[in-house]
Amino acid sequence: MNLRELEPGQVARKPGDVILSLDGISLAFGGVKALSDVSFDVREHEIRAIIGPNGAGKSSLLNVINGVYRPQQGRITFRGEARAAMEPHRAAAMGIARTFQSLALFKGMSVLDNILAGRNLMMKSNLFLQALRIGPALAEEVRHRRRVEDIIDFLEIQHVRKSVVGRLPYGLQKRVDLGRALAAEPRVLLLDEPMAGMNIEEKQDMSRFILDVNDEFGTTIVLIEHDMGVVMDLSDRVVVLDYGKKIADGTPDEVRASQAVIDAYLGVKH
Amino acid sequence: MIYRETGQFKTTYASDQQLFPILQDRIFVVAFLAFAFGAVPFIATDYLFRAILTPFLILSLAAIGLNILVGYCGQLSLGTGGFMAVGAYAAYNLAIRLPSLNLLVVFVLAGLCSTAVGALFGIPSLRIKGFYLAVTTLAAQFFLDWAFARVGWFTNYSSSGSVSAPPLLFFGHVIEGPVEKYLFVLSIVCVLALAAKNLTRGAIGRSWMAMRDMDVAAEVIGIRPLYAKLTAFAVSSFFVGIAGALWAFIYLGAWEPLAFDVNRSFELLFMVIIGGLGSIVGSFLGAAFIVILPLALNQFPTALGIPISTATISEIELMVFGALIVFFLIAEPRGLARLCAIGKEKLRLWPFPH
Amino acid sequence: MNASRRNLAAFFALLAVGAVMPMLLGQARFPQWLEIVLGGLMSGVLYSLVALGLVLIFKASGVFNFAQGAMVLFAALSLVRLMEKMPFAVALAATLAIMVALAWLVERLVLRPLVNQEGIVLFMATLGVAYFLDGFGQIVWGNDVYTLDVGMPKEPKIILEKTFEGGILVNTEDLIAALIAALLVAALALFFQKTSTGRALRAVADDHQAAQSVGIPLNRIWVIVWSVAGLVALVAGVVWGSKLGVQFSLQQVALKALPVVILGGFTSIPGAIVGGLLIGLGEKLSEVYLGPSFGGGIENWFAYVLALVFLLFRPEGLFGEKHIDRV
Repeated sequence: MNLRELEPGQVARKPGDVILSLDGISLAFGGVKALSDVSFDVREHEIRAIIGPNGAGKSSLLNVINGVYRPQQGRITFRGEARAAMEPHRAAAMGIARTFQSLALFKGMSVLDNILAGRNLMMKSNLFLQALRIGPALAEEVRHRRRVEDIIDFLEIQHVRKSVVGRLPYGLQKRVDLGRALAAEPRVLLLDEPMAGMNIEEKQDMSRFILDVNDEFGTTIVLIEHDMGVVMDLSDRVVVLDYGKKIADGTPDEVRASQAVIDAYLGVKH
Repeated sequence: MIYRETGQFKTTYASDQQLFPILQDRIFVVAFLAFAFGAVPFIATDYLFRAILTPFLILSLAAIGLNILVGYCGQLSLGTGGFMAVGAYAAYNLAIRLPSLNLLVVFVLAGLCSTAVGALFGIPSLRIKGFYLAVTTLAAQFFLDWAFARVGWFTNYSSSGSVSAPPLLFFGHVIEGPVEKYLFVLSIVCVLALAAKNLTRGAIGRSWMAMRDMDVAAEVIGIRPLYAKLTAFAVSSFFVGIAGALWAFIYLGAWEPLAFDVNRSFELLFMVIIGGLGSIVGSFLGAAFIVILPLALNQFPTALGIPISTATISEIELMVFGALIVFFLIAEPRGLARLCAIGKEKLRLWPFPH
Repeated sequence: MNASRRNLAAFFALLAVGAVMPMLLGQARFPQWLEIVLGGLMSGVLYSLVALGLVLIFKASGVFNFAQGAMVLFAALSLVRLMEKMPFAVALAATLAIMVALAWLVERLVLRPLVNQEGIVLFMATLGVAYFLDGFGQIVWGNDVYTLDVGMPKEPKIILEKTFEGGILVNTEDLIAALIAALLVAALALFFQKTSTGRALRAVADDHQAAQSVGIPLNRIWVIVWSVAGLVALVAGVVWGSKLGVQFSLQQVALKALPVVILGGFTSIPGAIVGGLLIGLGEKLSEVYLGPSFGGGIENWFAYVLALVFLLFRPEGLFGEKHIDRV
């Protein structure tokens, strides 16, 4: 089962060049500063974690990366192109996909349809042919269905593929969210608290999925996570945010030992 | 016992994705269509055609159009009557100014005119959402009402404000009489309903539903809101426009702008709500309900022997409509289509209770 | 934010220019123009009365009450028919009781079963209520045109004879209506700001569940809100009915309250007033000065198109709350 052909001789896991870099990003909503002068980079094929106490601005950072929010200052460089802000559909077209903390699934559609929707960018046939559902339009539907079934197998949700998403238990919904992001065959996958609300077994499953995606397809992963065990185990490098500012950046061990990080999590007398 | 899927294996994705995957469904549909095309013309009365079947079919088509916009794409529209009027008057002007055009071409072009107008009034939907959008569609409704009443060119400068359709010349044969009209409309509606079903099953249908369910997430996965919303308005108006042309030419024969006023818009919205949002079958069910209800209400008191005036009947109709809307929204917000689906589920298990 | 303010300023500048255009073009002299402006403002006040009920209900229950127009008509009908049998004061009290009973019924039968549904479902439910009320009102009270005489003076007055030659014609009835509306708004504002019920209403408007969790009885609040909206509908019904006669078309007029609420923002009482004034003004001016070149009848759609254009610049209305999508 191959979601994407690997280049010959390439080991997916070793981090490559910088694929995404943020420089001096500042974001404010009215008077509330969500992010202040945040800069860091992400190397291709690596797993980069973003951690920090609640309200530190982690989700806002992801939203800036894929264009849901426009930062007031700073630049985003993705695959060599620098710009002041991303737009959602451009981010999607360039190969960024994401999952959401609050799922944001299409509750009225089935699992199959949700994941098929993730492949929307690759479906090219026009309206008229779709109405007739013959020839290229039909072939396209079948071809993409095949790929989506691969993803469904990968995430082990075959038994609920035709169920309406709104009625599934939380853990399965999380997998559909991941499936929808994977369907786009992204270069960079943004995961917003993928383990939230899960028990130990579910976390192990999800960790396995994340590692498999990174191992086999070389997808760069940026993930927000609260579970320190998961972060330390999975990630190559970690960024720590607090009150919208970056306070640490390095390997998991470096970050764990940093005084600033300890202060942020445990609190410091002012 | 009879409604089971056992033994029906799908070995290709294409066969799994077909319109009626269950064999019994396919048999039922074929039989139903054979009945509709082959048997009904011989056994139904003129009254049945004129008062029930033909209007039911045409309004179903309009309901399908509105359902695409409201049910599948989640854009509330109260201006459907206006778009029907566009189709009707476009067809009229095409038919009398270019009399050599084939009737089908006239209808398709009328639908395309309605598409253009619909897309135009759909542009605000990019910035405006929810109830605000509903009220702006009222702007379309009232403006179009006024335009067809005041601008003489549309009615060919008719002094009375009403126009009548030219004879329905179709490949040299004039379509007249209730049976021929019924068959003509039935064919058109079958083809267009199939097209609608295919669209809603395909990529564009998924992008509509994605916009309805969570538009921010839809944008993030690469669905362009502009394209999704405008195509919803465009495709919806196409269906509604053709329905309007059919309504004017085949059902009414002669009409004035009032035939497509805001009450018609509400009537269509009720059909879609009661029938089921986001369901093609639901559009048919809702239309059937709304067409049959007044007739049933009419017969009811006379059957019981109570004398009631027509005014009172229409007032009771209003009350029943209103009460039914509320009832359906409480009991089954997904309408008659959902009730049918539940019935099918029960049938699959029959004779076992669960 | 700045772009939005600039757009707003541009919009109003355009409106102002459009408003005085007839005078600049020499089509009208100041006294006539003033008459029309005053007339427009006053009919705007009447629109505001209906819009007020809409805003109240939306503020407190998040429901867009499409039945407000039907409520206006029903209130007016009840009053007029009751007045045939009893003195005005008694009839007024009885109608008020009817509207409260209606509020209670709507809360019990419609709102409570649908409490967690989305706004669009509730909106369609009010559509159903509107239809039901329509038919019910006609069956119970009849469907003729009724004259409502509450003692409003009908003769127009001529004011400012010294300043302008011939003076300016104003409609006394409209003037009194404006006064009544002003009093009503003041009373409502006081109610919301100063009383504990008013505070509870504002809490409910913000967040149903949070309000419930601090012990605010949601159901009772809704009955209160709909009763107040019923009272507002009654006042609107009296004022409009006295002017136009109590008949079915009253409901169509009430439909105009929708663009008013759009302009003003759904959650703002001052917005309902300002929106009403703008719509009334715009309608009158456009009908008198633009109407003839379009063949007349513009006022059927002008309000809606104005609201539509306005929304393109400012989707949340003049005083409405901006909606931020958080994912």
